[in-house]
Amino acid sequence: MGIRQLLDKAEPHFHKGGQYERFYALYEAVDTIFYTPPSVTSATSHVRDGIDLKRVMITVWLFTFPAMFFGMYNVGLQANVAIAQGFGDMGGWREAIVMALAGGHNPESIWANFILGATWFVPIYAVTFIVGGFWEVLFAIRRGHEVNEGFFVTSVLFALILPATVPLWQVALGITFGVVIGKEVFGGTGKNFLNPALTGRAFLYFAYPAQLSGDSVWVPADGYSGATALSTAAQGGVDQLVQQTPWINAFLGFIQGSVGETSTLLILLAGVALIWTRIASWRIIAGVFVGMVVTSTLFNLIGSDTNPMFALPWYWHLAIGGFAFGMVFMATDPVSASMTNTGKLIFGALIGFMTVLIRVANPAFPEGIMLAILFANLFAPLIDHFVVQANIKRRQKRLMPSRDEEVA
Amino acid sequence: MAKTDTAGRLLTTPIFKNNPIALQILGICSALAVTNSMQTSLVMGLAVIVVTAFSNMFVSLIRHHIPSSIRIIVQMTIIASLVIVVDQVLRAFAYGLSQQLSVFVGLIITNCIVMGRAEAYAMQNGPAMSFLDGIGNGLGYAFILLAVGFFRELLGSGSVFGFTVLPTVNDGGWYVPNGLMLLPPSAFFVIGLLIWAIRSFNPEQVEKNEFNITTNTKTTTEAA
Repeated sequence: MGIRQLLDKAEPHFHKGGQYERFYALYEAVDTIFYTPPSVTSATSHVRDGIDLKRVMITVWLFTFPAMFFGMYNVGLQANVAIAQGFGDMGGWREAIVMALAGGHNPESIWANFILGATWFVPIYAVTFIVGGFWEVLFAIRRGHEVNEGFFVTSVLFALILPATVPLWQVALGITFGVVIGKEVFGGTGKNFLNPALTGRAFLYFAYPAQLSGDSVWVPADGYSGATALSTAAQGGVDQLVQQTPWINAFLGFIQGSVGETSTLLILLAGVALIWTRIASWRIIAGVFVGMVVTSTLFNLIGSDTNPMFALPWYWHLAIGGFAFGMVFMATDPVSASMTNTGKLIFGALIGFMTVLIRVANPAFPEGIMLAILFANLFAPLIDHFVVQANIKRRQKRLMPSRDEEVA
Repeated sequence: MAKTDTAGRLLTTPIFKNNPIALQILGICSALAVTNSMQTSLVMGLAVIVVTAFSNMFVSLIRHHIPSSIRIIVQMTIIASLVIVVDQVLRAFAYGLSQQLSVFVGLIITNCIVMGRAEAYAMQNGPAMSFLDGIGNGLGYAFILLAVGFFRELLGSGSVFGFTVLPTVNDGGWYVPNGLMLLPPSAFFVIGLLIWAIRSFNPEQVEKNEFNITTNTKTTTEAA
């Protein structure tokens, strides 16, 4: 094996006393992408499995690809449709690449759409990866822990939940905040209590609302402004929403939105695969889903004359906005979610409930899944605490009668 | 402790070595609320310096006559009177600013720093030293407020003390203001980063770990 020999040859330089001792974290990262990590648990009983943290993370990363590729296609499609309607293109080097590779703005052509979307998404992802990777490696070297594939997931999730037209310096700032404040200050991978990708996005959302939300940030076409499905629903209710987009379009993902969040179908397929490989917890996903369905049905039953969001049925909540993406990829982050089985159900239900509550009842935020997940992240340890305490109490109760008998 | 205190140390220790906000984590609420501009931070800092210094001095003057059982009430009365004086002065001479600071001047009464110094220092020491101690702790508080206010105003509005430093996009410049910095939660981040910076220079301020974290992979591989 060529790679193994190459790595073995390089390895001594990175150990203590070696030439590149300080960059051990980088060597370790490269080595363990290809081979099993050398450090294995040696003491006490331990379940041994081929799948470890690194494989878990890389699998999640791969499963975001369908949504990612569709997202690029969809961004291009939305833009090309707008351009066909008479809006200008955005110009610049992106336009030059589109012209060179696709030769035009034909919304019928999959290739033209894909290329246009890629010229927007690929720079976002590249900036995320380079800037976020820089912080990750810097902290790994300073603190002597290793870089792992967790960052692959954080980076791709962060890039996928941004609008296509977000300025690249804001991407850099957002991932910096997410990695440093959301994760590294608490000790790095496994010790963060918030989802780093969402922390970064929340920072951008509150810092630069003009570039992260509104009607004109989703489609890269000059001067184009169109309401997202969620804001249409908030203003005109279900009837207007159906006129704008049939449900199946929203479900398949042919609507505007953040790059990777539009195709509910592909995200749900990835979710099924993640559950099947036992990487994502079905309890969390089920909790979020049930919480959302129950809460939205409750709002449907209550009804409201002034707020059309009350009447939005659950299958619309599922298809529009970032709900599906958050449910499958964000809520299931094993570090920031609850750990106990009952806790996972409660944690998920809290997210589903809060998402619908924010969407329906809070006029300031059209989308609620991001804030709902961050909110539930904060409560995850508390939920676990109560679940564990309840279990202890239940078992103590089981013990009590026998004790009473002894006393008697 | 009281024996070794010199005037200079009383004034300077609370700024970096024993900062009331950064090390004792007192007075956080007002540090979040009033620091979105340098001007309000400065006025708030001055108000707290005056109140802490004089309350320390007055408490110290009558410390032998205060019955121990009601000392908190007596201290509160002194502090509250001083806060009312400061509030009235601000209303008389800087009405706009006092409107911006709104309830937070009044809330100096509940600021743990003022009460804490009266109880911990002024009750045991002479009036002159207590006065200096009050000024020192007020300075420590004002220092953090000004530092937080500096970053929040610079990044949130592109200005310092109202003078434009980074011309914002709305005024035809290049700087896109960071809206988060104008919201109170951002002070948490700024204070946290300041504490990080201060502790990097004074590692003795770092608390001991509550429990040992298992050594990481690098050390275990080397050990093996």
